[in-house]
Amino acid sequence: MIVRLMHEGRFEVDEEVAKGLNDIDEQAGAAAERGDEDQLRELLRRMAEAVRANGARVPDEDLSASDAIIPPADLSLEEARLLFEDEGLIPDLPAAP
Amino acid sequence: MAGLMSRASAITKAKISKLLDHAEDPAETLDYSYERQLELLQNVKRGIADVVTAKKRLELQETQLEQSVVKLDSQAREALGAGREDLARQALERKSGLQQQLQSLDQQAKQLEEQQAKLEASEKALSAKVEAFRTQKETIKAQYSAAEAQVKIGEAATGIGEEMADTGLAIQRAKDKTEQMQARAAAIDELTTSGALEDFTSDQTELDRELGTLASQSQVDKELAAMKAEVGSGEPQKELEK
Repeated sequence: MIVRLMHEGRFEVDEEVAKGLNDIDEQAGAAAERGDEDQLRELLRRMAEAVRANGARVPDEDLSASDAIIPPADLSLEEARLLFEDEGLIPDLPAAP
Repeated sequence: MAGLMSRASAITKAKISKLLDHAEDPAETLDYSYERQLELLQNVKRGIADVVTAKKRLELQETQLEQSVVKLDSQAREALGAGREDLARQALERKSGLQQQLQSLDQQAKQLEEQQAKLEASEKALSAKVEAFRTQKETIKAQYSAAEAQVKIGEAATGIGEEMADTGLAIQRAKDKTEQMQARAAAIDELTTSGALEDFTSDQTELDRELGTLASQSQVDKELAAMKAEVGSGEPQKELEK
């Protein structure tokens, strides 16, 4: 599956890596919930590293959608909170007038 | 709480489908989307330029602070030479305060460097996708029926919409960081100008004045010594000319 590391690029990873990512992601969600920013960032960093080490770079001009999107590793707690609010964090795409 | 990955994906998809909701005429949607992509590309370029400007300002401040550190160090030596340990101590205290500021400027410069790298990666990826989208848009317009075009547009728009969402966030975060740093830089500028960088406030001007007096006294001493040497050596020279 294709994973996007936000602000970095996209990588193709196999199922096993994807499973590992899901496990870390759950811990990251829990860290965000209990307000542990250091742990949150450490887990996001580990996810990014797993993708970089085991994934194959998808060319920039590829227009397919990603199966998973990993937030940047320097995400703050406040940003993580925004991520869980519907209108938060990711800015609106410009809509037709 | 669910994981962060699924939330990031879900929000991005929601943003894209909101964008596609506006789609009525396929050709119009394609052109409109392409225009927005070009605008975003301009924004990310502007974002990079802003980060570079902020970095230059930090570097300028670093240079100024470094010069102040050198100056305070020599002032401390002069004060000590004149037997004014109290003044030397104050000058060294100011110097140590400036050195702390320097360290923090260094960290900020590194952070800006990271922001710049991220924006540049975003620009590269977006730029490649915009070009791919442009080609595909012409193909879709030329070769597909309206119904088929809708599907194709959906596919292309999802991929590029995701890139746009990512880039949009990168620009926003870089802007926030740059603004924070500019605010801090402005505060340091103000402190440097008012001379209140360290916490002596009222003693500050006194220290400056005393150090200044010492410096001018030692300058006067130096010039006097030089003149004495000149005047002293002037006579024998006249003798030689005779």
